Amino acid sequence: MAKVVFPDHLLQQTGGTQETTVEATNFRGVLRALEQLWPGIEETLQKTAVAIDGQIYQDAWLEPVRPDSDIYFMQRIEGG
Amino acid sequence: MSRVHVTLSVNGEPREMLCEAHQSLLDALRDELGMTGTKEGCATGDCGACSVLADGRLVCSCLMLGVEAEGMDITTIEGIAQGSELHVVQRKFLEAAALQCGICTPGFIVAAKALLDQNPNPDETTIRYWLAGNLCRCTGYDKIVRAVQDAAQELAYEA
Amino acid sequence: MAEAHDYKAIGTRPVRPDGVDKVTGRANFGADLNLPNMLHGKMLRSPHAHARIKRVDVSRALAMDGVYAACSGGDFPTNERTTDLAKNCMARDKALYHGHAVAAVAARTPYIAERALDLIEVEYEPLAPVLDVDAAMADGAVLVDENLRTNGDASKPPSNVAAIVKFERGDVEQGFAEADVVVEVDCRVPTAHQGYIEPHACTATINEEGEATVWCCTQGHFDVRSLTANVLGKSVGEIKVIPSEIGGGFGGKTIIYLEPIAVKLSEMSGRPVKMVMTREEVFRATGPTSATHCRAKVGAKRDGKITAASAWLAYEAGAFAGAPVGPGCMSILAPYDLEHFSIEGHDVLVNKPKVAAYRAPGAPQAMHAMESAIDDLARELGMDPIDLRLKNSADEGTQAPYGPVFPAIGFRKCLEATKAHPNYTKPKAEGTGRGVAAGFWFNIGMQSSAEARLSEDGTVTVVEGNPDIGGSRASMCLMAAETLGVPYETVRTHVGDTESTGFCNVTGGSRTTFATGLAVVQACEDIIAQCKQRAAATWDVDVEQVDWADGQAIPKPGVNVDANPLSLRDIAKNAGRTGGPILGRASVNAQGAGASFSVNFADVKVDRETGKIDVLSFTGIQDAGTAIHPAYVEGQMQGGAVQGLGWALNEEYIYDENGVMENAGFLDYRVPVASDMPMIDTQIIEVPNPSHPYGVRGVGETPIVAPLAATSNAARDALGFRIADLPLSPPRVLEAIDNQADA
Repeated sequence: MAKVVFPDHLLQQTGGTQETTVEATNFRGVLRALEQLWPGIEETLQKTAVAIDGQIYQDAWLEPVRPDSDIYFMQRIEGG
Repeated sequence: MSRVHVTLSVNGEPREMLCEAHQSLLDALRDELGMTGTKEGCATGDCGACSVLADGRLVCSCLMLGVEAEGMDITTIEGIAQGSELHVVQRKFLEAAALQCGICTPGFIVAAKALLDQNPNPDETTIRYWLAGNLCRCTGYDKIVRAVQDAAQELAYEA
Repeated sequence: MAEAHDYKAIGTRPVRPDGVDKVTGRANFGADLNLPNMLHGKMLRSPHAHARIKRVDVSRALAMDGVYAACSGGDFPTNERTTDLAKNCMARDKALYHGHAVAAVAARTPYIAERALDLIEVEYEPLAPVLDVDAAMADGAVLVDENLRTNGDASKPPSNVAAIVKFERGDVEQGFAEADVVVEVDCRVPTAHQGYIEPHACTATINEEGEATVWCCTQGHFDVRSLTANVLGKSVGEIKVIPSEIGGGFGGKTIIYLEPIAVKLSEMSGRPVKMVMTREEVFRATGPTSATHCRAKVGAKRDGKITAASAWLAYEAGAFAGAPVGPGCMSILAPYDLEHFSIEGHDVLVNKPKVAAYRAPGAPQAMHAMESAIDDLARELGMDPIDLRLKNSADEGTQAPYGPVFPAIGFRKCLEATKAHPNYTKPKAEGTGRGVAAGFWFNIGMQSSAEARLSEDGTVTVVEGNPDIGGSRASMCLMAAETLGVPYETVRTHVGDTESTGFCNVTGGSRTTFATGLAVVQACEDIIAQCKQRAAATWDVDVEQVDWADGQAIPKPGVNVDANPLSLRDIAKNAGRTGGPILGRASVNAQGAGASFSVNFADVKVDRETGKIDVLSFTGIQDAGTAIHPAYVEGQMQGGAVQGLGWALNEEYIYDENGVMENAGFLDYRVPVASDMPMIDTQIIEVPNPSHPYGVRGVGETPIVAPLAATSNAARDALGFRIADLPLSPPRVLEAIDNQADA
């Protein structure tokens, strides 16, 4: 099961859950699993950046996820 | 509104233009003569992007009226290169990477040329104070000052 | 991947391909386009920082001779989905800051347009403005937006705080309890502007079928296209955007202000409309960056091991939500490997212009606070500030405060290089102060497209979609030349408009050389693949039997074919007979942008009579990954340093009590001039980014991050006490000296 960690400002949507685990083989599967847990969260998460095993993605979708992956949602970085 | 007929020389060529009385030399050059190499950064004489030579003297063309240029000899950035040969200041700006976005570059080159015309061997402090009327937000001035130093050195070598 | 020293093109310093046009005045910037029959547009702006707009009547302006169109908020689609950006481009029911656009006209000359603005009637109901972050967060504060609730929580009362973000790890209370020394800094940094020398400008025309063309100076014309479409309620396909050369942006030209208004005025008049901002408009109405109030606290053991750190950040967003406080929170402790920390950030509305991105958005203010605290900590511990940072530095494998684990990063190398740098080992001069600070920026990847077109004579035209703001054409040419194995001079890079090249995100986030560079490299690899096929066909061998080296196809070792190598030129010449023109292309969503760390240090002298601080020397050391064109990497480091020094020493928006900016010009909003600055010494550290074929990290933003704290720390060293707030302008420094003498 991959570990998923939410930043504090998303906790309202997860009912206070900061960390959970999901079964998925790619990031799309992670989103689907989380949507099952908290309907409506997928839309928010699609606008959020994510770090999968240290690699930051602004628009993740098909990226593979391993059973021991660490997945951190984080604010999108833009820039000047 | 009636416009004023102005006869002047621009980069050595006789020109005529019709200016509104309130129109700055900068706007007249850009809008009446289509010479857009001279840039506007502030229109208040603070940034130097519009620097030109008026009878050899370095001025902000945003602070002069077009009608004041009557009978004058104006040099703009378009007149700095001689034919297909870049002026040494232009060449050194390129070689030293002394421009990033390039909007301030015409003003700096006109100002730097004016400096070297009257002082072919300026020290760093002199260069920095001479160019203090030209704002650059990209380079931090380091490579601009070095380009002017390089140009001075080449001029000295040639002399 | 080849080692750095094997590169032929990368790492050299050729003249940029657009250079000659930029030193001769030929290059066309935003305001340089004129079209036949063109009108000039001007904006009427709110004289109030906060007011309800009861009525706008443009009829008298429209009746004026020479005026052909006028519009106001009612002329743009308005519904519950109307974006903040649309309301920022043209106010609807409320003016939210002094300078907010409320109406516009188009006339035969700029002068007529200006006079027509006086004839527009606007009935305002002035409201009390809320003008700084502390007032906006206080109980009972005037509300900028009566419908705004913190983090969108409908159960909470309306507030000016749009969002609260938190990052925590471990047990920060326990960490502070373990500390032998705890220091705290509380500081304010005022609003600063990007200060690009070219004001915003655009020209727009629209035909009877609703197809619009916009020429403008922008960091991203694809974004201009989608944002303009959004404000006008049009489809993206109806708008074509052609980027001019851009006269600086630093983040401030990643959004739009004028474009939809110019299109609307063109639609109303049936003529092209040009709009150019004055410098005063740029200051009053375009994105500055956030003024901030930050508190940073850090505790350590006697040996320098940091046991805990905490930060409280409040950032002004301006009139609409979206201060860069998230990146502020995420960057503030990025250089350090910490067990216990807590960071809380607030995105706060005030009646000031909506902030826009400014070079490493949010990081300089946050890191000014924490790097000041770290400096105070070093003093308390009696440690060299570099040694203190080395003891706590993040490295490969450290979990960043914002979650992920760092791959290879160059922070320790920057610290070690600082310790060894002659400017650092040299004793400081009598009566001067020296200050050190660390800098960091994430850098981003995102989407880019590129084509590489092989011409019939073997020269290559690269077409990509990122406006060249600081020499990126040269970098693209270098990477293309390196990949193809051809001379730099045979490659030209062209910035295509929205119709002539594939989608590219903005030139920003230090992404262009990284992400668009990746697309260019891949497009060139596509050319190589096709060239190998053509060579194979020519030699009657399998494509697997063909190699590419030094710009030519050669048979692989051991392949028995009697053939001379085929150069790019040979293949180009014969392309018509071997299958047609050769066109390489690539589109990427680049992942793995590499963080760029820096260490900066400054030597300053304080004039105790006048309060003026002179910067005697400044050194920037930064990990660039690989420097593609080192001169332009140095240029980014030097330019960012001087912008940061300006912010540290002088730059600030000064407001009166009604929210009117009192220094909206370069005379009084004083950016550094040449005579203010010394040479800026640089040292490029190269720890290649494993996610880029040539190791590029991106360099543009990190340079502005450290100078604020480095200057503050140097002034602290010179003065013997800290002035926590910025800027360290003569009046503030003098007052602090006087107060210190009284105390």
